[in-house]
Amino acid sequence: MKIPYPVFIKRSEDYPKWLPTVTSVSAVVLAFVISGIILAATGANPFSVYSYFFRASFGSWGAFSDVIVKATPLLLIGLGCALAFRMRLWNIGAEGQFFVGAFLASAVVMVPLVNLDTTPRWAIIALMMVLGMVGGALYAFIPGFLKARLNINEIIITLMLNYIAVLWNNYWIFGKWSEAGFQMTKTFPRSAWLPRLADYAREIPAFSGLTLHAGIIFGLVAALIIYLIIYRSKWGYKITLIGDNPRAARYAGIDITRNTILVFMVSGALAGLAGMTEVSGTVHRLQERISTSYGFSGVIVAWLAKLNPFAVIVVSILFGALLVASREIQPSGISFLIQGITLFLVISSDVLLKYEIKWVRPAQEIAQ
Amino acid sequence: MAHHEPSLPYKDKLMTFSETPDAIPAVEMRDITLRFPGVLANDQVNFTLYPGEIHALLGENGAGKSTLMNVLTGLYKPQSGEIFIHGKKVSFNSPRDAIANGIGMVHQHFMLVESQTVTENILIGLDAPRFALNLKKFDHEISDLADQYGIHIDPTAKIWQLSVGEQQRVEILKILYRGANILIMDEPTAVLAPQEADELIETLKGMAAQGKSIAFISHKLAEVKQVADTLTVLRRGRATAERADLHNFTRETLATLMVGREVIFNLQKCDQEPGREVLRLEDVSAVNNKNLPALRNVDLSLNDGEILGIAGVAGNGQSELVEVITGLRPCSGHIWFEGKDIANKPPAFSISHGLAHIPEDRIGVGSAPNLSLTSNIIMKRYDQKPISHKWQLDYLAADNLADGLKDEYDIQAPSVQTQARKLSGGNLQKLILARELSSTPRMIVAMQPTRGLDVGAIESVQQLLLQQRELGCAVLLVSEDLDELLALSDRIAVMYEGHVIGLVCSRDFDINQIGLMMTGTLPEELSSEKAPSQVEDTRNTAKTSEGATPSEEAKPSVEDIPSDVIGSEVSTPTEDDPEAGSTEKERILRKVLGNKYDQRGEE
Repeated sequence: MKIPYPVFIKRSEDYPKWLPTVTSVSAVVLAFVISGIILAATGANPFSVYSYFFRASFGSWGAFSDVIVKATPLLLIGLGCALAFRMRLWNIGAEGQFFVGAFLASAVVMVPLVNLDTTPRWAIIALMMVLGMVGGALYAFIPGFLKARLNINEIIITLMLNYIAVLWNNYWIFGKWSEAGFQMTKTFPRSAWLPRLADYAREIPAFSGLTLHAGIIFGLVAALIIYLIIYRSKWGYKITLIGDNPRAARYAGIDITRNTILVFMVSGALAGLAGMTEVSGTVHRLQERISTSYGFSGVIVAWLAKLNPFAVIVVSILFGALLVASREIQPSGISFLIQGITLFLVISSDVLLKYEIKWVRPAQEIAQ
Repeated sequence: MAHHEPSLPYKDKLMTFSETPDAIPAVEMRDITLRFPGVLANDQVNFTLYPGEIHALLGENGAGKSTLMNVLTGLYKPQSGEIFIHGKKVSFNSPRDAIANGIGMVHQHFMLVESQTVTENILIGLDAPRFALNLKKFDHEISDLADQYGIHIDPTAKIWQLSVGEQQRVEILKILYRGANILIMDEPTAVLAPQEADELIETLKGMAAQGKSIAFISHKLAEVKQVADTLTVLRRGRATAERADLHNFTRETLATLMVGREVIFNLQKCDQEPGREVLRLEDVSAVNNKNLPALRNVDLSLNDGEILGIAGVAGNGQSELVEVITGLRPCSGHIWFEGKDIANKPPAFSISHGLAHIPEDRIGVGSAPNLSLTSNIIMKRYDQKPISHKWQLDYLAADNLADGLKDEYDIQAPSVQTQARKLSGGNLQKLILARELSSTPRMIVAMQPTRGLDVGAIESVQQLLLQQRELGCAVLLVSEDLDELLALSDRIAVMYEGHVIGLVCSRDFDINQIGLMMTGTLPEELSSEKAPSQVEDTRNTAKTSEGATPSEEAKPSVEDIPSDVIGSEVSTPTEDDPEAGSTEKERILRKVLGNKYDQRGEE
């Protein structure tokens, strides 16, 4: 037989509403299949690897609680990215905003900004939250301002600011706040800890040992707020309009400068809050490795969720599970392998959505 | 010849064929059918072009003219049909194949490198100068080639130094240099001033006389009669006339063939005295995107219930004028709108004071293509009741508003949830008008509001603008369509290189003068000088007589001028001898106005 008909690739932006969801889900499934093939090629049995994966993340309440703990910062950061990406602001500086948020929240304890013995716990935590968000927001103000006023590429600025934030953090944990020369601060007093399920183990024995902390509530509330902003508010309308056509938005009298800075700051505030939950809820100190590149995974989460706040919840749990499983499995890189392949496939599926591939029978043949 | 079309249902509608020369046709396209998804772009179209002939391809926007020619240049492959070049059957897979067969096309949008010279642009992509480039030698070659066809160009000039008309000559030389003997001109006069268009037509005729075959795409009836010998008319992908002899047609029949129905232009413009001043520009200057002066010390004023037309060839500061008024471009000087200086104020300021803006770029500026009709409708009033509800946006109220406007302005779309980019050009413009006009503006700034629309849509847009004028709204209308300006405006300001070089009241409208001012002739010079554009070919005059009663030669009285220009007097064909119509003014009118002038004759 001769080679099949000529292939035509046609640009077409008309697809049913459900198609993006289907492609996202298929991208995840396909990522597992491809990773499975790679695993099989290296001699492992992919099915046993995956079942182990599943047990390690969802096999017990303890494991699931760990998954949620990992998902919390991803959720907050993913939400911030989703908001910024809606306006086509490519904030990939969540990592840096996360660190600055964690730093300012820690300052409450380490300076200390309040008397830790007399101030009530709720007030300390509230102050840490506020400072965490302020830190992230101010740090995101820099690229927002530069983008809005001088049209400097935000991708480069946010990327470079990430390094500055990490090194700034290192300065404090290696130096001034270092505990006995280790690269971490002392453990925070309990009054600066976010409430955990394990704290209530005395009343409800089933909670014993569960590390799940109140940060997830912040995440869920934030998801609801971001949802309302995007789909219900006037501000969300403006953001969507600017994202779709900034020239039309400017023509309609919308202040793009102001909104660029605002969106950046909200996005940064969410990343800063994620930093706060991590130091106050999970590790209870400021240290070098508080983030396993949450800032970058958050970008992937937002993208995979197609910038829908509720989908961000689902996807961040999935990624949380991958992170937890990677602790349990050797080499741990397999989780990142799956993450990487997933992102790759999701982005390609986005491109494919815009094209239709057709095998066209030449006209003569139809006539015959 | 190859017009074997026995099975066509509309065969009886096909017009008579012109006599076919005995020579072998340079191009013969038989039964070309090309289908795009949902659109039959070409339906069994025949097109034959003989050496030394100018063959016009006439049709409305979207009739399939450019598609047919793109088949000939190898850009599209037809689903069925055959192409013969000089009697030899060919099958083009790419534009390269077409060039190898001596076919070249001058597109509407030029493909030139601004920073390079004419010669360099012509040599781009050629194998000839392999390594060392002896530009001098090629400059001579190009200049000889240009002389051969009477094209005036300096081969050493850089493209950015050239006018649009000169750039077009470079494009023509480019394909001539590649050895093309079949030239396709895609609406070549659309970008030219009337005088430049005349020059181009002379050049084309000269080339045809030297044996080149030229396909001339156009939708301007008058121009077609001036330039071509034969024509093919397309309507919605089908030929309604094939190789017809132009002399057998009146412009009325041509217009009907092209549009498919009688075109009625019946704009009712009532007489009314303008009210108080709404807008005043004082000494306004601005630069364009390249930081070059685009507006120079402009003074203008605009009153209630008045339409001020801005005439000028594209790129003489009109866009910048609109942008400074609407707050999209910084400027110096003062812009007084309703007693407030809106110069350098953000767009939101003038919007809130009742300034509506119909932008030139409907897709790039006037709409958010991926958002719904509703989202596009509420662009400027999402912050007002009932859509605004504290921090929330009431999407139900917004949909209701959009639904109402969709009906009122007859926007054809499945629903208000439809994305704006799925609307046709005319419907998108109606959407923009619905948004802008429904807010009861004090002033409307409209830039090219009818460009690219079909005849029916043009009429409704123009009527809407007149309606706003009657409601007491001030309208600033920028258009390159002089006919439109004459029909709608109370006064016309002519812009040239950023200056307002002339301001004419409707009682003094003289298309001849305005046309000359558009090319930079100052009004003072005009009074002493006779119009140079009266150079004329006589071929079209015999057939094109209409309208010009002797009284029209004289200055018409104030009250009937606007309706006069578009309406009754011109459009009632007189029984007088044809000579009455071949006055100098008539001919110039026809050239400047293009097809709409002719369509008036339909009434």
